[in-house]
Amino acid sequence: MKREVPLIITFLSGIIIIIAFFIPLYPFGSYKNFPGLQDRFLQWYNILLGFTLILGIDTLIAYHWKKIKEGSKDAPYSIALIVSIFITLAVGIFSWVKYGDPFKAGSPFMFYYDYIFVPLQSTMFALLAFFIASAAYRAFRARNLEATLLLIAAAFVMIGRVPAGDNILNIYLFGYHITLPKIAAWILDTPNMAVQRGILIGVALGGIAMSLRIILGIEKTYLS
Amino acid sequence: MNFILILFALTANFEVTDYPNDSGDKLNIKIFLSHPDSVISVKVFREEEKELRELEPIKIFPEQKEYLLTDKGIDRGRSYNYILEVETVDGKKIRKIISDVVPKAELFHKKRLNVLVFLIFYSFFLFFYLGKARKGEELFLRKIPGLDAIDEAVGRSTEMGRPVLYILGLGYISDIATLAGLSILGRVAKKVAQYESDIIVPCFDPIVMAAAQEITKQGYMEAGRPDLYKEKNIFFLTQDQFGYAAGVDGIMLREKPGAIFFQGYFYAESLILAETGYSIGAIQIAGTTATTQLPFFIAACDYTLIGEEMFAASAYLTRDPLMVSTIKGEDIAKMVFMGFIVLGTIFGSLPFASNLYNLIMNFLQTF
Repeated sequence: MKREVPLIITFLSGIIIIIAFFIPLYPFGSYKNFPGLQDRFLQWYNILLGFTLILGIDTLIAYHWKKIKEGSKDAPYSIALIVSIFITLAVGIFSWVKYGDPFKAGSPFMFYYDYIFVPLQSTMFALLAFFIASAAYRAFRARNLEATLLLIAAAFVMIGRVPAGDNILNIYLFGYHITLPKIAAWILDTPNMAVQRGILIGVALGGIAMSLRIILGIEKTYLS
Repeated sequence: MNFILILFALTANFEVTDYPNDSGDKLNIKIFLSHPDSVISVKVFREEEKELRELEPIKIFPEQKEYLLTDKGIDRGRSYNYILEVETVDGKKIRKIISDVVPKAELFHKKRLNVLVFLIFYSFFLFFYLGKARKGEELFLRKIPGLDAIDEAVGRSTEMGRPVLYILGLGYISDIATLAGLSILGRVAKKVAQYESDIIVPCFDPIVMAAAQEITKQGYMEAGRPDLYKEKNIFFLTQDQFGYAAGVDGIMLREKPGAIFFQGYFYAESLILAETGYSIGAIQIAGTTATTQLPFFIAACDYTLIGEEMFAASAYLTRDPLMVSTIKGEDIAKMVFMGFIVLGTIFGSLPFASNLYNLIMNFLQTF
């Protein structure tokens, strides 16, 4: 029964969503202020998510608390994390009580968000530039024919998308006006787009196959 | 200026039609103005129990002759009267009335007929190959190096005495890529348990975490080593994108995993994670359906499952004939789409075949 009940629920939910896609009539589709079944399922999902967030925070604290208790060498990081969670919570509750809304401009919570959280996020995002450079260096090394073609294409795209690219190449060939930005745009819009669409069609078909496997109970590996 | 404008004979008209493919709570209202530059205001009223209710205001542009608005939240099957009131620059008011319009509900969404045709066609091949699989016929699946390398990666990590790190990305349990990632996790967890190693799964979503805990536990049980399962190693990290990236990077640098799996849906954090994994010398196997992140994974990881290969993973790893049969059905659908693309290219290139080209385009267009 432990496996059968979730499989039955999955089958019924999947079939209802498929039917709701084709039948706009209420209760499948929405009518006036009453949401259709698909929207209703999403509402249930969001309610469930709210509760599981508590479960998630519980596991996070338990994981780090264990590290502190064991006296692990990484315990200071765990202490920093647990202290940060409780400071954020305290600041949020304080702002909520004092301002009626923790997200109100000028509240301590927003100060905490704007001047601590956002700069930390930006710092992480900024690292991406350096990682792109190191990954590109490895990917573009001309080891074989494919990597060489990749290097040439990347060089055209990179130079073609900076202002200087306009002045480097500017010729007429068989009646066509050829510039580096035009070559870069062609690489991006034609071979690159064709490959991306090929992958997307495969993803869509694979997604349908996987969904049908789950709905029909053939795929059970996501269940324990 | 006013003198010039009133020389035009302004004609204002409107039509009220049923909103297509809805549950009968909407009507479409189309307004035509012959000279919009001579109009000050346009109002539409709905008569409801002898009371007039003005619909949303319409902004008039001098060049625009047609306006469309939708009257929402009305009762299905009830008769309504609509009144159009146009005020001109010379102070005249034109009034038009349309009576007894009844909103209707549709039983079937007609614009989705092509999806239904495709679903029936796809299901036919799915059940055809399911039948073949049930009869015991062996179906061929091409090699997927990324999936074959799972055992090698876990083995290498065990030999190095390091844990395995499994990242499910930023997807939610409702994302098909996350479900595919969870399927692969089951296989990886079983292998980790067989090798008596450790697996760490930091999660972005608490529901995914709960599912990952159960799947990992099941993997350890299938390997006959439930005693080695550590629930605390599968934990929630944060629901902030870069907070998650920072957290996972920290785990990589502190725990130094020997093998890292990126299986799920990823955004801009993909390269931050994969490059950090590369810097600690871990063997990395990635898999995602996010086309924008695939190049990053290909550049930084040892193996990458591209798009649909991820969805085929559970069938490939279990070799369950029923699951493999669905992959065959998918291949047939792919061939049909390739046929459409080839035909579309030919018809689109031939000047005399534009009708056939439009036919294909109209059929393939959804909403």
